[in-house]
Amino acid sequence: MSNSMDDVAKEAKSFLIIGSNTTEQHPVFGTMLRRAVKFRGAKLVVADPRKIDITDFATLHLRQRPGTDIPLINGLMYIILEKGWEDKTFIDERTENFDEFKATVMNYPPDTVSKITNIPIEKLYEAAEILAKNSPMAVIWAMGITQHIVGVRNVMDLANLQMLLGNMGKAGGGVNPLRGQNNVQGACDMGGLPNVYTAYQAVTSDEVHEKFEKAWGTTSNTKVGLTVTEMVPGILDGKIKSLYVLGEDPVMSDPDTKHIRHCFAAIDFMVLQEIFPSETSMYADVLLPGVTFAEKNGTFTNTERRVQMVNKAIEPIGDAKPDWWITSQIAKRLLSGTSDRVQREAPFSSWDYADTSAIMSEINALTPSYGGITHERLLKGERLQWPCPTKDHAGTPILHTKQFTRGKGKFMPIDHVPPAEKPDDEFPMIMNTGRVLYHWHGGQMTRRAKGLMEVYNEALIEINPSDAEKLGMNGRKIVRVTSRHGQIEAKAWITDRVPPGMVYTNFHFPNASANELTHASLDPVAKIPEYKITAVKVELV
Amino acid sequence: MINIKLDGKDIQTEAGKTILQVAKESGVHIPTLCYHKDLSPTGNCRMCIVEVKGGRFLQAACVTPVAEGMEIETSSEKVTRDRKLTLELMLANHPMDCLTCDVTGECELQDLAYEYRAKFPEWGTKGKRYQIDSDPNPFVRVDMNKCILCRRCELACAEIQVRDVWGVAKRGFSEQIVAGAGTNMLEARCESCGQCVAYCPTGALSNKLNYGMALAHQVRKVTTTCSYCGVGCQFDLLVKNNKVIGVSSNPNSPVNGMALCVKGRYGYDYIHHPDRVTKPRVRRYLLEGKKKEEIREQIEEKRGKPASDTPSAWDWVEAEWDVALEIVAEKFRMIKEAHGADSIGLLTSAKCLNEENYLMNKLARQVIGTNNIDHCARL
Repeated sequence: MSNSMDDVAKEAKSFLIIGSNTTEQHPVFGTMLRRAVKFRGAKLVVADPRKIDITDFATLHLRQRPGTDIPLINGLMYIILEKGWEDKTFIDERTENFDEFKATVMNYPPDTVSKITNIPIEKLYEAAEILAKNSPMAVIWAMGITQHIVGVRNVMDLANLQMLLGNMGKAGGGVNPLRGQNNVQGACDMGGLPNVYTAYQAVTSDEVHEKFEKAWGTTSNTKVGLTVTEMVPGILDGKIKSLYVLGEDPVMSDPDTKHIRHCFAAIDFMVLQEIFPSETSMYADVLLPGVTFAEKNGTFTNTERRVQMVNKAIEPIGDAKPDWWITSQIAKRLLSGTSDRVQREAPFSSWDYADTSAIMSEINALTPSYGGITHERLLKGERLQWPCPTKDHAGTPILHTKQFTRGKGKFMPIDHVPPAEKPDDEFPMIMNTGRVLYHWHGGQMTRRAKGLMEVYNEALIEINPSDAEKLGMNGRKIVRVTSRHGQIEAKAWITDRVPPGMVYTNFHFPNASANELTHASLDPVAKIPEYKITAVKVELV
Repeated sequence: MINIKLDGKDIQTEAGKTILQVAKESGVHIPTLCYHKDLSPTGNCRMCIVEVKGGRFLQAACVTPVAEGMEIETSSEKVTRDRKLTLELMLANHPMDCLTCDVTGECELQDLAYEYRAKFPEWGTKGKRYQIDSDPNPFVRVDMNKCILCRRCELACAEIQVRDVWGVAKRGFSEQIVAGAGTNMLEARCESCGQCVAYCPTGALSNKLNYGMALAHQVRKVTTTCSYCGVGCQFDLLVKNNKVIGVSSNPNSPVNGMALCVKGRYGYDYIHHPDRVTKPRVRRYLLEGKKKEEIREQIEEKRGKPASDTPSAWDWVEAEWDVALEIVAEKFRMIKEAHGADSIGLLTSAKCLNEENYLMNKLARQVIGTNNIDHCARL
């Protein structure tokens, strides 16, 4: 998030929630937004094909056809420009490339957009007016925006919208992607990505790899690595022989499960470090017992870049070990066998860490935005959001207040690209996927939580009443959903949360996981799969 | 600014504040029960009554604004006597089971009874009027016999969670807190966030998952950060005998204050689930020095099926850490030698610590020499 949840919830005069089921996926932030609407009168526009719970609080709900976010956003910007509601000062002083961008937006007049998105013209005008006239306006999104083959374009277009309205760098505005996992922000910040070291220092930059060569006493690989969506299929074509998987369950969470299983079955050697035997552990050669968050000390970074302490409450269960200890042990053993790879005199060549605070000191030295974030400060109660470059820096709740990282904000002309999968006669419906309030991702944790299972204990497929009637459900419960990639059977939940022609499934339960049906069409830049749109047919069982 | 007299002391303060606010700012303690700083004051429990000179009745400090020239006594004999009487009336309608009540030690009614030496009436109490554990919600234990009608639950649901599950039904002695129009909580669209439990001052609403497991003074509280979504709520883990037995709100949490969601507050029991892997496991073929190619058929035969007695090279065998780690290192070394560093990939974890993700990045780049590292940010 460019901003913090607190300033967004307390100071925005309006919100655009697009592709975020906020009250179910980020429930506490969801309640902050409900409070803003109910007690402060903030205006809320929700753009989502589904009638998710937060739409109860919406001033306006736009139900765009899935995969038409760019025409919708461009259409709103067309109206903003037509009415002269743009922030001319912000555009002049802080941005560039406006004319080229505007030329593209001019191709999206309301009648065209209405045809593509299926949103009535007057609702487009109403939405544009709410968002432009109640500023600051905060845009909030999650995977509903990013899990498309146009994920990157969707995000850029939302950034265009916020620059057009001058909502960047101020409290109550900003671009606010809600990160899914507790520490997905931190995993990215810490270099858990194929193209960057910590703090997004590019592996292709000479300056950067020299810095890490000196620090770690090693020679750098300067070739950008593979993403998860490339590594797993890479097993089949022989590129990847071995995987070390820490706390992930790709069989549940990656697209096209059948294909994932097929890939994993072909691997030479897989190490899985987990707390439970997962769906993925069937394919692992070695299973190392890591621990839960309650059994170790360290930090997580939340969606607003806030670094917070995780404090050990209990001793590891059985012979399980903290994950940082296990990784260090593997590293040490590998180095003892190939001693020429690392020069011991380099300042951070060693793997002898007494605790995670010592690891954080190394992070401080090599990660500019985390330079001043120490366990000591956090334990004293300091509240720190990165960038926090030095030990006397108070952190940065709002980004881009004076200028953007690259200097001026660059408007990007973004055109519509239709989704990869289109419905046809055989697969006439669209399946959307996601999670529900009571479960988490592949479900390894929440399926083992008694109370949560009492409330929600099987996969439910949301289907519109009109589709249920067409199918002739008439009291029958189980449906079979088939895509070009697989099929599942599960109980139907007949509800107008989904529009006619759409079903919604989750991936919490192995016997009916949405990812048996999804496909690995990727965004060309981010390599994120298009989970949100799969062509399916639905039949009675 | 206005001038008032509080317990004989001259105080200058702003108009519009309540007596309770001014007292707090001046370091004067006024007891409260239905009042909570996060919720709208209602003035219905009468614990915070004070004597205002010239007033016909004692005033509830939480809802009475200060006015110019006001003279307030916060602990006069009359005030103390009336507070005690109020408490005794509550106790007359409260079960006498503090000895086995789950919230003993953190019950605000109990604290006040102790402070004011209020006892259960000698003639006994009204006894059980409602079914104990009356709601099927799997997380919240409802015992309205212990309800003092403070309405914090109603306000927490309406003002924090904004879900309006709780309401008040009937009047007079029959007055009671109900979910929806007298249905159960889940039927009334409860999201099981447990905010009502966190704000309940007595044992009327308590936690079902750890009912009977510990009293307040028997648990150690460890403040930590939730491991579910990216909001980053903080809370206290309740620990007894090296076991996490619950979660409680920590009002100092930077992001969420007292608020939590159903997973954060009630989704912790996976920690001690019997499925936990507690010792390293390796496939039998690795201990027997076989190659994976030799046993592909056995793997296909075995995979995804329930454990059987027929031994297979693909069986899990528990191993000591040294053995397992040595196998891992040896295999990585051999694969790197045979196929190069880029034939190895690392999937790091968005569930793990920053420090652990840093080490995975260091392992990939410093030790192995590949940039093949990613995690589930895309998934």
